[in-house]
Amino acid sequence: MRPGRGLATELAGLELEHPVLNGSGTFDAIAGLRTFGPALRERFPFSAFVSKTITVEPREGNPPPRLWEAPAGLVNSIGLPNKGLEGFLAHDLPVLATLPVPLVVSVAGFSYEEFARLVEAVAPEDCVAALELNVSCPNVKSGCVMGAEPLETLALMQRLRPVTRKPLIVKLTPNAADVGAVAEAAEQGGADALSLINTLRSVAIDPASGRPWLGAGSGGLSGPAVRVVALEQVHAVAARTGLPVIGMGGIRSGRDALDFLAAGATAVAVGTENFRDPAAAERVHGELAALLSLHEAERADDAAGVSSPS
Amino acid sequence: VVSNEPAGVYCLVEAADPDGPTPLAGQFYMLAAERGWGGEDGRPHLARAFSVCRVRGERLGFLVDAIGPGTARLAELEAGEGLWLVGPLGIGFTLPDESAQPLLVAGGVGLAPLVVLAETLRESGREPRVVAGFRSSAHAGAASLAGPEVELATDDGSAGHHGLVTDLLAGLLVREAAEGAAVYACGPPAMLESVRRLCSEWSVPAQLALEEAMACGFGACFGCVVRTRTGYRRICVDGPVLSAADLDDSWLSR
Repeated sequence: MRPGRGLATELAGLELEHPVLNGSGTFDAIAGLRTFGPALRERFPFSAFVSKTITVEPREGNPPPRLWEAPAGLVNSIGLPNKGLEGFLAHDLPVLATLPVPLVVSVAGFSYEEFARLVEAVAPEDCVAALELNVSCPNVKSGCVMGAEPLETLALMQRLRPVTRKPLIVKLTPNAADVGAVAEAAEQGGADALSLINTLRSVAIDPASGRPWLGAGSGGLSGPAVRVVALEQVHAVAARTGLPVIGMGGIRSGRDALDFLAAGATAVAVGTENFRDPAAAERVHGELAALLSLHEAERADDAAGVSSPS
Repeated sequence: VVSNEPAGVYCLVEAADPDGPTPLAGQFYMLAAERGWGGEDGRPHLARAFSVCRVRGERLGFLVDAIGPGTARLAELEAGEGLWLVGPLGIGFTLPDESAQPLLVAGGVGLAPLVVLAETLRESGREPRVVAGFRSSAHAGAASLAGPEVELATDDGSAGHHGLVTDLLAGLLVREAAEGAAVYACGPPAMLESVRRLCSEWSVPAQLALEEAMACGFGACFGCVVRTRTGYRRICVDGPVLSAADLDDSWLSR
């Protein structure tokens, strides 16, 4: 973010009012409109809305229990419940189209062809500004494969890039041996932006039984517990590619968001904190604005300046 | 927080929510202490879901059983401390037909939403029958929240019937003819399943207030699902009150 531009952010061709988005699957705008009413639309907390991941076929998700509170975090194994492509286009997209910010639709396929079918169906919709490719969900069998191997990621991008000119954002998984290499493959394959991190693979043990607590056995960790891991990965990925990065992982405050921008992110996303406070992103945005204007004032006072995102 | 008083071995924590909408019986709030939320081992981290147990103007009461790091912190709150809350959330109880006799069945801290339901019914001139089960007479001290005439059952026999609250419900259904009864229940899963089966046998409509761990409370996380006849449903937005007719015996299995 350059000084003097306020918080307006350009990301892969999207003009955003500020750099705070939501992490996919951490805010249900449709349920939110029912719960919080028109106030949500009037004071929408995110500068772009990233949908919950959709798949070609409807999915009912993993058996409960699906949640486990971890130290400063949350382990989940939700399993991508969604109405499927047809259900999404018929029921959810018309509502999401009424949101006051650009819409990013998150898609996940279990093969290149499934991904292609989703992108072919969703990208032509006028209300869709960009697509996020969920190649990283660790909760679903084989869902991690395409984002864990650079050659898989490259092959996927080569299949999808000719399908649409709309921005394709690759959501990277932290459960890869070399995330930087996957990021380079995504860039080589024509990705427009990268977002990271998704959840870290985790297991919670039920103290009563000594067996895994979650219905699906294992899950993914999010929340402040993963923040420093996310910062390292954002830093590494930003250093190895020229693509804009949406950084996320345990962001609770403007200070946290600033750390991600300093690590090389162009924008940030609030995820698990939305669960604790549905207005969290608005607060993060406000705190970030205050911190950045403070930095600019300090820079004006002192030519040496403070270390700051650029 | 405006007060924190014992109710049996539980705590009735009351907080002022001057700007919030008035909750309906069976609706819930997500609660977190303003300070000291995230102690030893970095927990609690997420807010905790509580049915509203008392509504007095802008004062909302919540019945807290200190069983873990979140409930322990909430239970020690003192007047003047900050309580962060989101709500009212979810779908509460549907009031019974004018002709029906409401039977309220509580298990432990599950008494909470039935207290508000009993008050709502009395405000409209109707007297519900209330049966409540607790571990012991010490726990049963909370029962008076639901009115002066609560029929008790305890696990240890130290107050009321020595046995399960569902024994009392079965007796009521036998003695008072199940016809015209409308059952409302909240409590542990095994109790609710027992209520569901009893009411199914007697063809009595029942509404069950369910509980699951929630991360958000407003539909975002998809973590609090329960298996219904029509697939997984989120308790936070499709409940927490579900009709017993929506469930079969598979909802309890994990």
